[in-house]
Amino acid sequence: MELFHNLILGFSVALTVQNLIYCFIGVLLGTLVGVLPGIGPLATVAMLLPLTFNVSATSALIMLAGIYYGAQYGGSTTAILVNLPGEVSAVVTALDGYQMAKQGRAGPALAIAAIGSFFAGTVCTLIIALFGPPLAEVALEFGAAEYFSLMLMGLVTAAVLAHGDMAKSLAMVGLGLLIGIVGTDVNSGMARFSFGFSELTDGIGFVVIAVGVFAIGEIVSNLGEEEVGERQTYTARIGSLMPSWEDMKVSFWPIVRGTGLGAFLGVLPGTGPSIASFSSYMLEKKLSKNPDMFGKGAIQGVAGPESANNADAQCKFIPTLTLGIPASATMALMLGALTIQGIAPGPQVMTQKPDLFWGLVASMWIGNLMLVVLNLPLIGLWVTLLKVPYRLLFPSIMVFSCIGIYSVNNSSFDLYMASVFGVIGFVWVVLECQPAPLLLGFVLGPLMEENLRRAMLISRGDPTVFVTRPISLAFMIVTVLILIIMVLPAVRSRREQITD
Amino acid sequence: MKIPLQRNRDFLAGLMLITIGGGAMIIARDYPFGSALRMGPGYFPTVLGGVVAAFGVWVLISGLIKQEPTTRTWSVRALIVLPLTAVVFGYMMEHGGFVPAVLVLSIMSATASPKFKFTEQAILAIGLTVMSVGLFIYGIGLPYPLFGGH
Repeated sequence: MELFHNLILGFSVALTVQNLIYCFIGVLLGTLVGVLPGIGPLATVAMLLPLTFNVSATSALIMLAGIYYGAQYGGSTTAILVNLPGEVSAVVTALDGYQMAKQGRAGPALAIAAIGSFFAGTVCTLIIALFGPPLAEVALEFGAAEYFSLMLMGLVTAAVLAHGDMAKSLAMVGLGLLIGIVGTDVNSGMARFSFGFSELTDGIGFVVIAVGVFAIGEIVSNLGEEEVGERQTYTARIGSLMPSWEDMKVSFWPIVRGTGLGAFLGVLPGTGPSIASFSSYMLEKKLSKNPDMFGKGAIQGVAGPESANNADAQCKFIPTLTLGIPASATMALMLGALTIQGIAPGPQVMTQKPDLFWGLVASMWIGNLMLVVLNLPLIGLWVTLLKVPYRLLFPSIMVFSCIGIYSVNNSSFDLYMASVFGVIGFVWVVLECQPAPLLLGFVLGPLMEENLRRAMLISRGDPTVFVTRPISLAFMIVTVLILIIMVLPAVRSRREQITD
Repeated sequence: MKIPLQRNRDFLAGLMLITIGGGAMIIARDYPFGSALRMGPGYFPTVLGGVVAAFGVWVLISGLIKQEPTTRTWSVRALIVLPLTAVVFGYMMEHGGFVPAVLVLSIMSATASPKFKFTEQAILAIGLTVMSVGLFIYGIGLPYPLFGGH
């Protein structure tokens, strides 16, 4: 059995002392950051990137992945206990989780969130192991046209599924693509949009934009909010952790459905975990015999979405690792970390570096297990952390962010750029232009241009190449379908309802 | 209800998009455009700039129809202090060394909050500096001098 052989290889890599330690550090840091409001997994991975510079590629990825899914866990803990979703994806969890906490059932809510996430993590590890290799094989057949169409599909999905105005999101994707072009054109060697700065001929670093927009810009807008009203911290009593048999029974199917939904959405590039948790919540509410219970402490409203967002987060690794196309902005950072380690992302990673691929997959399962064991006893600690006032928190975030930016290229110019993006990012927050789709566009910009040009060259300037090759045609059809569905009046009004 | 243009959220967003998209198209005129077969370095940016500007027009018009104001409150103080702090930190890393740079970075960013108290923030700054030196310089081995430029 090839599958078992691969998994055994993976576990033999992931279970080395060094990798276990990196996995542990990753999930611990991730949970820590997930608990703290005002800084998301993206900015964390970006600012902690230097921690991975002189470890092996496998350990680096294991740790970054740990930060990523640890943050999802941490976000839901605070959502349940204090109605403060640490991450966007935990907003839905707060709806019923916090109500449960108020009724003295915080323990079961936390436990079911952990169990659901662990179930989803296990299933997704298996999905990656089962479908990764065949997908990578298909991907090896991809030509420039297929890659272009796939990326277009990912960007359009990202834009239409993002919160807020669709036209603005699509425009932000375009803006991201434009920013991605800054730098030297690979084909002609011409410096584009460098405005005379020699530093810009290498392009703008991903960390610069991510930290500038998501850390500095975010703090600026948070400080504005803080002047209006102080954050509320209400600490609920946790009570018994064990969910009752009844809780387990009613949560079982929501967990299974949430996992399925999250895994499906996770494979699509562009969708975020918040979409998965939201869809799962809607689904459970619809299927429930007494939907009135939702919003008043229904355990299904915690179990489903929590499984869904974890499944989504993990399955994002499928397109990222098999196709070399980042399925979300955070995944782009993972690929960035790979590149720093001297490994070119793409379908060949699996065959050339099987220990890295399978070690990472196995470590995700181990990391999920660690989170269950780690999170429940440490809840008291996480709650205490929440009492750290923001005026002490944000200077710390600034310190780590700025050191993180500087360390990537040892360049002061990167910090000047980051401060510019901090201001721009703040403007975007005020104008309610979503920066997340922009970031995806930014990452895919150079790749898309490259593949577009190559496809057109191969087809001798015939644009029909995108619809005459079957796989490319399929991606194009899906893209158009998504766009048509989203502008239908019925869907549109429903979408606005949801995003409100 | 009519709201003034400078507070009309989508009008402003549209304006921003048109400026950037249009600006990109103008700058890209200096790059060879090429043809669909052999795209020059100007092809993709010009098309993209056009797409962004077109969406900008759409957003701008919808802003005039919807008349929604900006709702976020913001702190001018933080908007000035924090970006400036990043710049100062960058400069000090080149000319002052890691320790002074981190100290200044921590204290200066703290002044962005109206609740700034010097003693409290000084303690935090010292703590963060000690931690950063331990973690980044000794732990990871980033090659920065503790004091003095390089």
